[in-house]
Amino acid sequence: MNAATLFGLCGAVLVGLGLYGIIVHHEPIRKILAFNLLGGGVFVLFGIIARRGAAAGFGGDPVPQALVITGIVVAFSASAVAVTLVMRLFEVNEAARREARSGHSAEDAG
Amino acid sequence: MTLLPLYYGLLALLVIGVAWWTLVARETMAAVIGFIAYGMLLGLVWAGIASVDVALTEAAIGGGVTGVLLLRAAARLRPTEPAPHEKPGLVFRVLVGIFCAIVTIGLAVVVLFPTDPAPSLAIAAAEHLPALELGNPVTAVLIAYRALDTMLEKVVLLLALIGVWSLGPDRNWGGLPGRAPAVVTDSALTFLAKLLPPIGIVFGVYLLWTSADNPGGAFQGGTVLAAMWILAMMAGLRAPPAIGSRALRLLLLSGTITFIVVGFAGFLIAGGFLSYPAAFPKALILLIEIPMTLTIAVTLGLLVSGPAERDKTS
Repeated sequence: MNAATLFGLCGAVLVGLGLYGIIVHHEPIRKILAFNLLGGGVFVLFGIIARRGAAAGFGGDPVPQALVITGIVVAFSASAVAVTLVMRLFEVNEAARREARSGHSAEDAG
Repeated sequence: MTLLPLYYGLLALLVIGVAWWTLVARETMAAVIGFIAYGMLLGLVWAGIASVDVALTEAAIGGGVTGVLLLRAAARLRPTEPAPHEKPGLVFRVLVGIFCAIVTIGLAVVVLFPTDPAPSLAIAAAEHLPALELGNPVTAVLIAYRALDTMLEKVVLLLALIGVWSLGPDRNWGGLPGRAPAVVTDSALTFLAKLLPPIGIVFGVYLLWTSADNPGGAFQGGTVLAAMWILAMMAGLRAPPAIGSRALRLLLLSGTITFIVVGFAGFLIAGGFLSYPAAFPKALILLIEIPMTLTIAVTLGLLVSGPAERDKTS
């Protein structure tokens, strides 16, 4: 088994693991983590396609490689928006909970 | 050379092991640290399949910058992290496990029985390299053959940043992103934040410059520059810029604007959108790449910093 096949199988396992995490995990931040695991696996599978297309003296087909570089950056942008969304949601929930609690204690005092 | 298969085998096992740890770690903080290690190991995998350009990007963005982003989130959500509660039932987990195993097996079959001959555009990519005065085919794809994709990706980064900024409370709009860091002047972080940036900035610029012929590029160089900036901001040595600042917004747009201007100039000097004239392709490519690298660096740094949470004065 050559390196490309080995890492290809590794990528397939990473996709499975990431998918499992996305479905099973409860907290949103862990889902985002699992999403990035999954993404890493998909990119590696792309890398195997690039490696198989080695020709013209290059170690791999440059087109899938460039696609993956673009993909990594886009995945990061999506993660940044998702993480910010989760934090904002958390803050809004916290504020609402705090308000509800202080409202209750005010009623109790009154 | 005989040790190489052993190294690859161990690397593959290690990557899967770390990914597994990232999934099962009880604390989010530990999972994120596992994820950063995962990004670095994946970088080694990419180097193993002769994609050094991607290896640099994966280690820098996939592991490093995404890691910092998630660390910040994990640290902030930590105090209220719910105790391990209402885990999905065993039956559900087994069913999901079977489903994911089927997906993995399907992909493994594709890996084990590939099409022959493998599809490749390598020869077509190599053909025009001399005309572009470039030696690195990946740079050529990113900046010349598929320049439109790269340009639109700059727009995606910008849209993501607008999305992140929009999630801040209204009263802080135009203010400073993130919370004020607790400034400790004699910590290891301060020391690193003073020691690393001069080296990192030179390295980031080098990655951009060398990408014409060697692995590197605007993304990788921009990310290293962004990392140096983030380090200085985390240590409290540099305050982040107010997001309402006009100079900042101009900097954020400069990469895309140069790209579009050069793109339209292509109609006049080379006969098509984003075409480069045969006489001086390299000069135009550099003209695009330099503002693009700066824009990437600033955008990545601000995406990690988050929405405005402070007044301009604080």
